[in-house]
Amino acid sequence: MSPLNIEKGSTSHSAYDLRSHMSDEVETHTLAVLVQNEAGVLARVIGLFSGRGYNIESLTVAEVDREGHRSRITIVTSGTPQVIQQIRMQLERMVPVHEVSDLTVEGPFVSRELALIKVVSKGEHRVEALRIAEIFRANVVDSTLESFVFEITGTPEKVDAFCELMRPLGDVRLARTGVAAIARGL
Amino acid sequence: MTRQMTGAKMVIEALKEQGVDTVFGYPGGAVLPIYDEIFQQNEIRHILVRHEQGAVHAAEGYARSTGKPGVVLVTSGPGATNAVTGLVDALMDSIPLVVLTGQVPTFMIGSDAFQEADTVGITRPCTKMNWLVKDTDKLSGTIHEAFHIATEGRPGPVLVDLPKDVQFATGTYTSKPQVKSHYQPRVKGDTAMIEALVEAMEQAERPIFYTGGGVINSGPKASQLLRELVEATGFPITSTLMGLGSYPASGDKWLGMLGMHGLYEANLAMHDCDLMINIGARFDDRITGRIADFSPGSRKAHIDIDPSSINKVIHADFPIIGDVAHVLEDMLRIWKARGRKTQSEALTKWWEQIDQWRAVKCLRYTNSETVIKPQYALERLEALTKGRDRYIATEVGQHQMWAAQFLGFEDPNRWMTSGGLGTMGYGVPASIGVQIAHPEALVINVAGEGSWLMNMQEMGTAVQYRAPVKQFILNNERLGMVRQWQELLHGERYSHSWSEALPDFVKLAEAFGCKGILCTDPADLDDAIMEMLEYDGPVIFDCVVEKHENCFPMIPSGKAHNEMLLGEAETQGVIQEGGAVLV
Repeated sequence: MSPLNIEKGSTSHSAYDLRSHMSDEVETHTLAVLVQNEAGVLARVIGLFSGRGYNIESLTVAEVDREGHRSRITIVTSGTPQVIQQIRMQLERMVPVHEVSDLTVEGPFVSRELALIKVVSKGEHRVEALRIAEIFRANVVDSTLESFVFEITGTPEKVDAFCELMRPLGDVRLARTGVAAIARGL
Repeated sequence: MTRQMTGAKMVIEALKEQGVDTVFGYPGGAVLPIYDEIFQQNEIRHILVRHEQGAVHAAEGYARSTGKPGVVLVTSGPGATNAVTGLVDALMDSIPLVVLTGQVPTFMIGSDAFQEADTVGITRPCTKMNWLVKDTDKLSGTIHEAFHIATEGRPGPVLVDLPKDVQFATGTYTSKPQVKSHYQPRVKGDTAMIEALVEAMEQAERPIFYTGGGVINSGPKASQLLRELVEATGFPITSTLMGLGSYPASGDKWLGMLGMHGLYEANLAMHDCDLMINIGARFDDRITGRIADFSPGSRKAHIDIDPSSINKVIHADFPIIGDVAHVLEDMLRIWKARGRKTQSEALTKWWEQIDQWRAVKCLRYTNSETVIKPQYALERLEALTKGRDRYIATEVGQHQMWAAQFLGFEDPNRWMTSGGLGTMGYGVPASIGVQIAHPEALVINVAGEGSWLMNMQEMGTAVQYRAPVKQFILNNERLGMVRQWQELLHGERYSHSWSEALPDFVKLAEAFGCKGILCTDPADLDDAIMEMLEYDGPVIFDCVVEKHENCFPMIPSGKAHNEMLLGEAETQGVIQEGGAVLV
C-alpha cells in the first residue's frame, strides 16, 4: 500500500470537513463576552479557543461591574461564518458566561486600543517623531534626552500606522493593550 | 436558622439533601475528613472501587441506568488524575456526574506538595464546570450548584475540588433552596419553528426520525412521547448507539441503529429521505460519513437542548433549541390540532422501499458448527435473556457494535456503552454501577478480552458488594476492531493487535472469588449461558469465538451512507487515502 500523502488541511473529502459546504471566506469578528468574574474564567475561555482550534487575534479583559462581579472580555477572532457562529454558541453555553455579543454582526461599534511606544533616537529624528506624534494626537508621557514614550489611542489600524512611521526614526519598543469595543447608539 | 458545621460534615449533609444514596470512591490523605464523616452515618452507601477510573465509570453506569446523577469521591493528585478518563467519557456522552476531589490544604496549593495536582486546571476542559472551594462557607452552596449544573440543560460531569483545611474548618451550611443559579437553560422550543416542522412532516413523502442519547437524557416521558409520535405518524425511526431503547426494538417502525456499523435499511433511509427529524442526536462523524454526501436530498430538523450542537456539523433547516420531552409534547399537540395529516400514499411507497432494503438482511453471517461466531453468541444471549429485567453494558470495539446490532432494547436506560469517547475498560465498572443501583436485575457486560482486562480489577468490587454482574467476554484473542482496520487499510499488517499471554479466565474468576465459565463449542453455548444466568453471583464467562470475524455492515471512513459494505466480498481496495486518515 502506498504511503498516505495527505497534506495537512486537505480534508475536503473527509468526514471531518465541516466547511466546504458553506462559505470559505474568513472573516474577522469582534466579540464582547460578559462573564462572571471568578477564578479560572479567563483560562476557561482561552482553553475553549485553543482546544477547538479557533484563532485569537486580540483579547482584553477587565472587571466592569465590581458589585455584580462581572468582567468583560473583548475578543477579536477570525474564521468562516460557520466557525464564528460556533465560537459564539460554544461561549454562550459556558456556565460562567452571561452574555455574548458579536459586535461585527450586531451593528456599528467603536473599537479602540491603547499603545505605549518608546522611541530611542537623537537629533532630527526626535523632532520628526514629535511632529508625527502631533499629527496622530499621541501624547508624550515620558521623555529623556534620547527617548520619548508616546501614548496613542485609536483603532488598531491607526496604531499600526503610527508604529510604522516611528520605526525608521529610532529603536522602537511597543506595548499594546489589544482592542476594547462597544456598540454605538443606545 | 444558620447551621454551623465542618466542611467535611457539609459534604455529607449536602449529598443527603440532594437525595444521594450511593457514592463511588477511593480514600486518600486529602479526603480523610470526609471519609471520617461517611464512617459516622448510614444513609449514604459508599462503594469502594479498586481504581479511581472505575469509580467514575461505575457512577456513569449508576447515572445512566437510573437517570439520577452519579457521585464520585476521590483524593487529590493521582486520585483526581485517574478520574480524568471517566470525566471526558461522561462529558462526551452527556452523563450527569458530581465528582468530589480532595486537595492539599489551601496554604500549600502551588508548593508542589505531596499528592498535589492542579485538579481544576487539568479537568477544566474535561468537565461541564468545576470549582476549587477555598472557603468553608461556600462549600455546601457550591455542591448544590454543582448538582444543578450537572443535571440541568445538557447534562455532564462537574467537579468540586476540596482542600483539606476547608474540610476541617467550620462554616455556615447553605441549604439547597437558598442557592439561586443563573444557569437556567431553555427547555421550551420555539413554537413557530415547531409548527413549521409539523407542516413539513405533513408534506413529507420520505420522512425519518433520527434519535439519539438526548431522548434518554430527557427522561422516560420523552421516550413515551417519542413512541406516541412514531405510532401516530407511522414514520420510520432509527437511532444512534447512544439512543438505543428510547423506541422499542420490537416496534414495527424500528429500522435498527444507524451509522458506521449501523443497519443497511437505516443508513439507506437516512440517505434517501426527504425530511430528517433529528431528536437529541448530534450528527457525530460515526453517523454522517462523508459530510458532502450526507442525505443530500433532505430538509433537516434538529432538536437539541445545546444550541452549539445545531449547525455545528450539518446545517439545520428547522433548528429547535429545547428539551426533547417539551418539544415532542408540542409537536404532538400541534400535529393533532392541525388534523393529524400525513402523506399516507407516499408513506406506503416509502415503507415498500424500506422493506426492500430490509430484505437484504444486512446482519446475515456465516455460522459454524465448530467455532462460536460472535454474532451467534449474541443471538443466543439475546434469546436466552429476552423479557428479563435486563441491563447491558459493553466495552469498546467489535463486540460493542455486534451487541448494538444483535441485542434488542425495549426501554430506555437499559444500555450503557461508551459512545463518544470510546473508552476501553468502561464496561466492567459501569456494569457494577448498574448492579449497585438495581440489585435484583440481570446485568451483563458484553466485552472483548482486550477491553475487559483494562479495568478487570473492579471484579474485586463486584465480589465485595455481592454485585452478581455477568461478564460475557467474546474472546477472539485479538483487538478485533484494530485488527479489522489493519486488514482493510493497512495491508493486513497486524501490528500489535493480538493478545498474547492471556490469563486463564476461569482461574482468574476463581482467584477473585467469582464463578468462571469457559465455552468453546457452539453446541455447549446455550447450556453455558444458562449456567451463567442461574448462578447467584458474579460470573466471568470466557466465550472463545472466531478469531478473524469482521464487523459488518460497515461504512468505510470518508464514504457516504449508500456506499456501505455488507460483507467480506466487498472490502477489496475500498478505503482510499482520504478515508484512511480518519479514525
